Amino acid sequence: MNKTLNATAGSASLPRRLAVDVHNVSLTFETADGKVDALSNVSLQVAEGEFVSFIGPSGCGKTTMLRVIADLQQPSAGSLLVNGISAEQARLERQYGYVFQAPALFPWRTIENNLKLPLEIMGFSDSEQRQRAERYLALVNLTGFERKYPWQLSGGMQQRVSIARALSFDPALLLMDEPFGALDEIVRDHLNEQLLQLWDKTGKTVLFVTHSIPEAVFLSTRIVVMSPRPGRIIDVIDCGFPRDRTLEIRETPEFLKIAQRVRVGLRAGHSYDE
Amino acid sequence: MTSSALAVPASAAGRLRHHPLVVRYLPIATIVLALMAIWYVAAVLMNLALVRDAFEREDTPYTVSDLVEGTMSAERPLLPAPHQVIAAFVDSVFGYAPTSPRSLVYHATVTLSATLLGFALGAMLGIALALMIVHSRVLEKSLLPWIICSQMVPILALAPIFIVVLGAIGLHGLLPKSIISAYLCFFPITIGMVKGFTAPDPMQLDLMRTWSATPRQVLAKLRWPAAMPYLFASLKVAISISLIGAIVAELPTGGEAGIGARLLAGSYYGQTVQIWSALLAAAILASGLIGLVGLAERLVGLRMGARP
Repeated sequence: MNKTLNATAGSASLPRRLAVDVHNVSLTFETADGKVDALSNVSLQVAEGEFVSFIGPSGCGKTTMLRVIADLQQPSAGSLLVNGISAEQARLERQYGYVFQAPALFPWRTIENNLKLPLEIMGFSDSEQRQRAERYLALVNLTGFERKYPWQLSGGMQQRVSIARALSFDPALLLMDEPFGALDEIVRDHLNEQLLQLWDKTGKTVLFVTHSIPEAVFLSTRIVVMSPRPGRIIDVIDCGFPRDRTLEIRETPEFLKIAQRVRVGLRAGHSYDE
Repeated sequence: MTSSALAVPASAAGRLRHHPLVVRYLPIATIVLALMAIWYVAAVLMNLALVRDAFEREDTPYTVSDLVEGTMSAERPLLPAPHQVIAAFVDSVFGYAPTSPRSLVYHATVTLSATLLGFALGAMLGIALALMIVHSRVLEKSLLPWIICSQMVPILALAPIFIVVLGAIGLHGLLPKSIISAYLCFFPITIGMVKGFTAPDPMQLDLMRTWSATPRQVLAKLRWPAAMPYLFASLKVAISISLIGAIVAELPTGGEAGIGARLLAGSYYGQTVQIWSALLAAAILASGLIGLVGLAERLVGLRMGARP
């Protein structure tokens, strides 16, 4: 049944293979105050190579969505496929890299050894580990910091290490949960540009959670606007800027128009509470 | 003008006061001196009646200074003066060959070997129990109450039972003492390591999951290193407890050898000086052991990139 749905959804607008296919997924938490619908009947298809942002107020289920795709949480209902296989299978086959809100580096490991950690776990050879650590540190402009410990780096640099770590085993899918949320505006702009270049260079699929409208519009090929209680998708906005966009596009009328539509969507979601 | 005039006399004393050695040791030295003073006063007061009775029994005339002098040089005082303890300590440490049963070094070595073996056993047991508790809810529920119960029975009551039971199955000497010592010292290690193994951030655990790491990898690469600060904190507590355990275990063995045996013999024969010098030896041993654990902690911290 899933197969036919995929086919119809895929052939209509998305000619490429689906990286993520979420179909009628719901997730209900049992808390002391009763049930909370973190996700209610959510469906979404993401094609390979897309950059999809999830935006919405806290409690709208955007982080839960990412965690369900990563098999860190299991849905109470519905089905989902990641790269055509179940989320659990995709996790076991290490098909995605996850970047959390905090860098979550291991403080007792040097930067180089932090980068090597997933590679050690996955059983890469020593020489391969060394090569990859070098390559991915260079990718995030941190060559020369190999022997430093995390506390010797700024927050932005630490977050870059954690992105390099997520890329180090070359997963096709990158899941990012507000990776720049704790950083200041200037560092954030800089990292946004770097992330875009990275995405353009590597051709990976990126799912990106944020609560910043400009960030979402600047980075994405599609923006998913979500709303809380129950967590659901209220709008999906296409964002057709070229892949090699620069920060200057934020001044263009097209950019402002999309940002406006996101804002309207968010407001509509909020009025539900009041 | 005035400030420079004021600064001149202050500088010499000030320089001395801020000298690193003075800064480091002055507070400790002050406390030691104060304790010594209190000890001397207490020795005089406590031994006074004893000395006066002795003089009166022999009908010798005495003065106050005779009395005070007597309180500090009595052979079996209630409370020996510090210099008596130190003299007896020095004599029994350096006065005999280290293999002689009269040497405190000999007794300290006996106790030390039981302590170290007990500490090693206790540390292994403590860490193993913590691992089981962290990895299984069932074991947590079934083991933890017993672990806590084990520490509620006074070891003084348990030690003779241990010695008798272990003796009945043919274990004598070092091992029964070490087992009692291990029985006491595993507890802080278990409690500390349960805390330590659960110390990793949920995000770090999630990361391991996204890399589909095996439980063994999660332990080796995350839980174990994250538990290091807890390990050393509990090892410091445990090593002094295992010394106490070893000493207590030496009491019901009949006091053949060891610091506990010296304490027991001293109390049998009213040799208070001997008791105090054995206590001094135990204190030095304990601080040395804690110092060693602290040193190991610093070395491990350096290797793990701790902030200087």
